[in-house]
Amino acid sequence: MLDVKSGDEQSFELLLHRYRSPLVNFLYRMVRNREQAEDLAQEVFLRVYRARADYVPSAKFTTWLFRIATNLALNNVRDTRHQRSEISLDAPLTPDSEDGDDRPLDVADPHPDIEQHLVEQARARMIRRAIEKLPEKQRAAVLLHKYQELDYSEISKILECSESALKSLLFRAYEALRVELAPLVAQHAKQ
Amino acid sequence: MSCGRMENKILSYVDGRLNENERLEMDKHIAGCPACEVRVTEFRAVSSLLDELPVIAPSPAFDVRVRARVAAEPVKQAWWAWLAPSPRVAMAGALLAGCMIWVGLRPAGFATVTPATEAEINQNMPVLEDYDVLSNFEPLADLPQPVADDSSQQQQQDDASQSNQQM
Repeated sequence: MLDVKSGDEQSFELLLHRYRSPLVNFLYRMVRNREQAEDLAQEVFLRVYRARADYVPSAKFTTWLFRIATNLALNNVRDTRHQRSEISLDAPLTPDSEDGDDRPLDVADPHPDIEQHLVEQARARMIRRAIEKLPEKQRAAVLLHKYQELDYSEISKILECSESALKSLLFRAYEALRVELAPLVAQHAKQ
Repeated sequence: MSCGRMENKILSYVDGRLNENERLEMDKHIAGCPACEVRVTEFRAVSSLLDELPVIAPSPAFDVRVRARVAAEPVKQAWWAWLAPSPRVAMAGALLAGCMIWVGLRPAGFATVTPATEAEINQNMPVLEDYDVLSNFEPLADLPQPVADDSSQQQQQDDASQSNQQM
């Protein structure tokens, strides 16, 4: 980022290349809409570019980056909450679904083990919905902890809370997931 | 360690992020607490289930869109940028400076009045002064328009009388 600050355009390309996928995935799991997630990820990069001159490396770059992303995602979730509540569960599925696993299967699906594929789809859908049901801040904490593998001090800076409060937040989130995913958890625990 | 204190450390324990002493303390508690043992097992299962979610790839146009938005950003100028002269001002300044240097360094006799010319001007000065006075002398403006020459009038009259006599 310091190279970007000094006007090195190539370094911005490196940042884009390195962080586009983690950001898009994080934002997609936060807002549950691929198009919006990509728009927000673009906005994150734009804000990084705008702020390059004033960037002070007081914290890790990832902390700063995901703080921008989290704030954008939380604002988006709050702004579209009403809109989401109006969407029927029976609404037609869109290409937003991860890897198409929410789309109805074609009869001539070339998948060698269609039953296994259906089971995997159902599991993935259940996990996604369990994450989606979490309150926004708990969801952000779980995603940053699980998928970005950030440490507690980084996540607490991103979510602007103490480490102790973050641990409590994560504990409540995992408790909720444990209850929500009880059938899968029991199945997994037996293995 | 109590079950209440477990709450803050259970995820770190599941993730393997505890230091050696803390981990041993947790192991000791779990060995004697079936409820916490079940919780640890189930948290491990939840963590494992979260790993099952597929990763999506950004669309192929993502980078292009980011670059386009970055390229559309106005160039941010520093607060002192207004001091930097524009090309036009710089050109005008350079010309002015050049003129001043040229005036300062021009040859001694360039475009000055020579003594001979000055003497000639002094000699003609009364004429010029008279011209100035007369050209701006208001009473002269009130005079009637100049008439034709008297001799030519007399000549015309003579010609007319001669022709009358012949008739």
